[in-house]
Amino acid sequence: MLVKKLMRQNETYIFFVIVLLAFVIQARSGQFFTPNNIVDLASALVVPGLMAIGAFMVIISGGIDVSFPALASLSIYITTSTLLDMNYQGGMLLPIVMVCVLGALFGAVNGFLIAQFNLPPLIVTLGMSSVFRGFMQGALNSRQLATIPEGMSSFGTSALFVAQNRTSGLSSRMPVSFLILIVVLIIIFFVLKYTMFGRGLYAIGGNETSARRAGFNVWKIKFLLYVIVGVIASLAGLIRVCMMTQCHPTNMLGMEMMIIAGVVLGGTAITGGTGSLTGCMFGTILIVMVQNSLILMGIPTFWQGVFLGMLIIIGTGISAYQVVRANDPARKNLGRARL
Amino acid sequence: MKQNNRGLWSFLNRDVYLTRLVGLMIIWLIFMAIFRFDRFYTPISFQTMAAQFPEFGLMSLGIMLCMITGGIDLSVVGVANFASISSALLLKEMAYENGVLPVYAIPAAMIFGMIVGGLAGAMNGVLISKVKIPPILATLGSLELFTGIAIVLTRGKAVSDIPIRYAETIAGRLFGVIPMQLVFFVLMAVILQFLLTRTTYGTKIYMLGTNITAAKFSGLNTDLLLIKTYMLSGICAAMGGLIMLANYNSARADYGTVYTLQCILIVVLGGVNPAGGKGRLGGVVLAICVLQMLSSGLNRFPQISSFYIPLIWGGVLILVMVLNYFTENKKIRESSNDSNTKKSA
Repeated sequence: MLVKKLMRQNETYIFFVIVLLAFVIQARSGQFFTPNNIVDLASALVVPGLMAIGAFMVIISGGIDVSFPALASLSIYITTSTLLDMNYQGGMLLPIVMVCVLGALFGAVNGFLIAQFNLPPLIVTLGMSSVFRGFMQGALNSRQLATIPEGMSSFGTSALFVAQNRTSGLSSRMPVSFLILIVVLIIIFFVLKYTMFGRGLYAIGGNETSARRAGFNVWKIKFLLYVIVGVIASLAGLIRVCMMTQCHPTNMLGMEMMIIAGVVLGGTAITGGTGSLTGCMFGTILIVMVQNSLILMGIPTFWQGVFLGMLIIIGTGISAYQVVRANDPARKNLGRARL
Repeated sequence: MKQNNRGLWSFLNRDVYLTRLVGLMIIWLIFMAIFRFDRFYTPISFQTMAAQFPEFGLMSLGIMLCMITGGIDLSVVGVANFASISSALLLKEMAYENGVLPVYAIPAAMIFGMIVGGLAGAMNGVLISKVKIPPILATLGSLELFTGIAIVLTRGKAVSDIPIRYAETIAGRLFGVIPMQLVFFVLMAVILQFLLTRTTYGTKIYMLGTNITAAKFSGLNTDLLLIKTYMLSGICAAMGGLIMLANYNSARADYGTVYTLQCILIVVLGGVNPAGGKGRLGGVVLAICVLQMLSSGLNRFPQISSFYIPLIWGGVLILVMVLNYFTENKKIRESSNDSNTKKSA
């Protein structure tokens, strides 16, 4: 029974693909199942993972957000440059609070436009992403900040533990920020499962009119959603800056497509309403693995685009094909007859 | 009498996108006339603008077609670079030892580029219509794929040392006045306008965009229509790529990456409904011209950083969408008022 249930889920397939890919990489390089490689992957997962959680929530609600990298870049740039000007010496608390407030503020702009005027989210976030970028590069005249406050860089470089590879002598640090990813994952898991807001997201994604008739406050849910996404994305941006120990205002731009691809690979329907957090994480892990492991397999990095493109097309193709097959009336009758 | 009035009113309402864009253009032209008359209103300045916009203008036309069917094409820049790199490699192959091109080389390279673009577009179309991947995802994946292939073909470097005759011809001037790039753009725009308004293909894709189920039950071959549309979009994108090749005299996998979002912005500004079924070529062409004038005009003010351009574009896009919201709502309110009065009468 359990096996049957698992076989019907998209997550299972993605999991098999991940395992298969891991073994292929291991067979080609002998380097995959080494402690330092696993830890490297985990640390590369933190930022895309957090952003994927945000993108996942938006897609569940039937929308799409392409502005989160620009939003995160803007709020993190303001935070870092202000703290540098203040000659800030303290710990992580103030940067986190600042970046969250700014993220919520910018997210609220998105949320207001989408909820109030009922505009297509793709167009609004597209426009806002260009506004955020223009504001950062034009009005704030952003440039690369080579140093960041002491508290932030020590947070970014501190490690939970260090994994050592005995044969190659390489070691990798497990960043403390991995805990933030876990905490956010747990919170969002419960929010999606046990709150009216979370159930409302699925309801709106399924059918907005029905959700409204069923008594969900659609305006409030949509507005809150984009605020939360702004906060999560900004938090991810902060972690990225801390881990790189410098603030490069533009190098997050363009990440949005990869993140969305990861979420959809995990079985989230782009039309909204269905998808699980587990699948979203699996999809993101798959993308991160492809990005990180081509070198291990001895494939030149310029093949990366081809592989990712194929992955997106094949991955979404299979799930789209499954939907077509499930909706096929002939097969539906067949299923009923078997019952 | 009342019927007449309503006809006029609906005509004005229908043209509200065009009216707005024309208004914006006039305001900007007056503004430039007051502040930078001598530097903006020169033949050279207009020639430069006309040589620049066909690059992304052609790509926007392709996206417009897809958006009319209710889809979207995010892969235009990938297709453009893929096509321009293939043509560039072919041109280098065909050149003689001393770097001179045979007569047939330039048309052959252009046709080859467009075939590459058409095939790439057809692949998008098949993925969308047969495999039923949502357009936004299918073209996102193929954007990554085509850019990836372009990187593999060039190993990430630029293809340069292209025989100079190509750039001289395509980036040259017709009769010494009109930029050739503009000629290509106008040619494509005329062909598409003809397709949209004078052939059944045009009527069919509007119907497809309005309601795909209804279109299917009306006996339209929706799969073939979608494949054709994405193929046309691929050909448009390839032409854009060929013009980029001439303008920069080199090809590279990451040229014009900002164009994707810019083109979508243009198409929406031009009054094409992202949900499909609505939109006209005239509006899109006007939006292309307005945005080119805005950015070229801003360049005449050295104290304003060119980084303000995305801010202004994004702002304009959102402003237009909000304005549309109010006009649409007004329309709905009025029509419901009308029916109420009719009922009471």
